[in-house]
Amino acid sequence: MDQKNLETGLLQMILKAETEIPPDVIAALKRAYLIETGAAKLQLEAMLANVEMAKKKRCPMCQDTGILTFFVTIGTDFPATGLLKQAIEHAVARATLEIPLRPNTVDPMTSTNHGDNLGSYLPHILWDFEPGDAVQIMTLPKGSGSENMSALGMLSPSSGLEGVRKFVIDTVKKAGGRPCPPIVVGVGIGGSADLVMNLGKRALLRPVGTRHADSLIATLEDELLELINKTGIGPMGLGGKVTALDVHVEVAHRHPASLPVGVVIQCWADRRASMVVHKYGTWEVK
Amino acid sequence: MEYHVSLPVPSDVLKKLRINDVLYITGSIFTARDSAHMKLRLMKPKDLAFDPSVMGLYHCGPLMKQENGRWIAVSAGPTTSSRMEEFEDILLDRFGIHLIIGKGGMGERTGKALKKTGSVYVAFPGGAGVLAAEKITNVSQVFWLEELGMPEAIWVLEVKEFGPLVVAMDSTGQSLYRRP
Repeated sequence: MDQKNLETGLLQMILKAETEIPPDVIAALKRAYLIETGAAKLQLEAMLANVEMAKKKRCPMCQDTGILTFFVTIGTDFPATGLLKQAIEHAVARATLEIPLRPNTVDPMTSTNHGDNLGSYLPHILWDFEPGDAVQIMTLPKGSGSENMSALGMLSPSSGLEGVRKFVIDTVKKAGGRPCPPIVVGVGIGGSADLVMNLGKRALLRPVGTRHADSLIATLEDELLELINKTGIGPMGLGGKVTALDVHVEVAHRHPASLPVGVVIQCWADRRASMVVHKYGTWEVK
Repeated sequence: MEYHVSLPVPSDVLKKLRINDVLYITGSIFTARDSAHMKLRLMKPKDLAFDPSVMGLYHCGPLMKQENGRWIAVSAGPTTSSRMEEFEDILLDRFGIHLIIGKGGMGERTGKALKKTGSVYVAFPGGAGVLAAEKITNVSQVFWLEELGMPEAIWVLEVKEFGPLVVAMDSTGQSLYRRP
C-alpha cells in the first residue's frame, strides 16, 4: 500500500473537517437563527456567513484549528495496519503547513511550541477493531475554548439520574459564553474516570438531531437539551433561547459504588469529517 | 445603536456606548493572549514599540501564513477572554487601553476596571475566524513571535469595518454576561 496516497486522503479529510461543518450542524444553526433576535441573532448571522466564507476560501473556519483526535476502526483483515499511525502523523504535519493549521502543540514543561501539531501522545489516536477489510477514520478537531469547559464528576450512586442532570446543567452554566454557544454537549455516564470522558467525546461524533437507540437514554437527551436551553445563556453567552444545538449521551456499565459523569462540550463550529480506506488503499472522504 | 468609528474610539462615543450597542471599527488593533498578558503586566508603556492606548486590545491567537515575506491572516477570531481576567485590570490602568475585543465575557474585576477607566469590552462572534480575517487589511508588526509562538505573539493588525462587535460590558458597569 502506498503510504503517500493514504496521507493525501487523510489530508483531504483534515481539510474538510477544518473548512466545512456537516449539514446537520448548519441546519441546526439556521433553525437557531430563525428563533433568536437582537445580539443573539447577529452572532448566528456572522457564524453562518463565516461557514460560507470558510468553505469557499478553503480556510479553517476558526483560527483555533484544535488538537486533532482520530477515531480509527480497523477491519481485522485490513492488510496495512502498520502504516496507519505514521500516515496520520505525517498527514497532520503536512496539513499544518499546507492548509495551514495553527501550530497548537506546546510542551507542558517548557511551553515551547512544537510547530507542527505533533508531540508527545499527539495527535491523539483511538484504535478500535471490527470484522472486515476496510478502515474507518473519523477526525474531530476541537479547540480549547470548548475543551477547557469539560468536566468530570465522580458522583455518589445515590444521587442517581437527578444528580447526573444537575451536574450537566451546572457544568453548562459555569461555562456560560466561553465555549462558543450554541454548543453541542457530549455526556458520558458510567465506567471509570477515563472511560467516561472518552464516552463524552465519542458522543460528539453522532450527528446533531439524532437520538440514542435506547429510549431511556434518548429521553434523557431530550430532557437535558430542554434544561440547557432554559438557562438563557444563548449564542456566545449574550443571552438567548438557543444555548445548545443538541445533547448526546453514551453510557457504560458502572461499578456499584461509582457514578462517573463526563461532560465534553463542543463549540457551534462542530467540526468533524470521516473517511474509509479500502483493502487496496483506495479511499473516500465523507 | 450601531456605530462605525475609527480608532481610537472618540471619547464622546466611548462614553455613550451601552450594552447591546453594535460597533464596527477601523484602525489598529493588537492581539494578546495569556503569555503576552503575563509579559505585559511586568512592563511599562515606554518599553513598547507600539501604543496600546490608541488601539483595540484583541484577545486572539490568529492563524497566520507568510507569503513573499509578508504575513497574512488566514483565520483570526477571538479567544476566550476569561483567561485574561487576572491581568486585565492592571493592563487597562497602566497602558490606557480603552477597548477590549474578545468573546465569552470577563468577570467582576475587569468590570470594575472598565468602569474606573471608562473603557468597554466588546464581543466578536466566536469561531468566525475567516470573517474576522477578511476585515484585516494589513499585518503591520509582530512581537515575541520566536519566543511565544504564533498563537501567543503580539500581532498588530490594521482592520477595516471590523465587526460586528456587540458591546457586552460597558463603562457604567453593565454586563450582558451577568444573569441570575
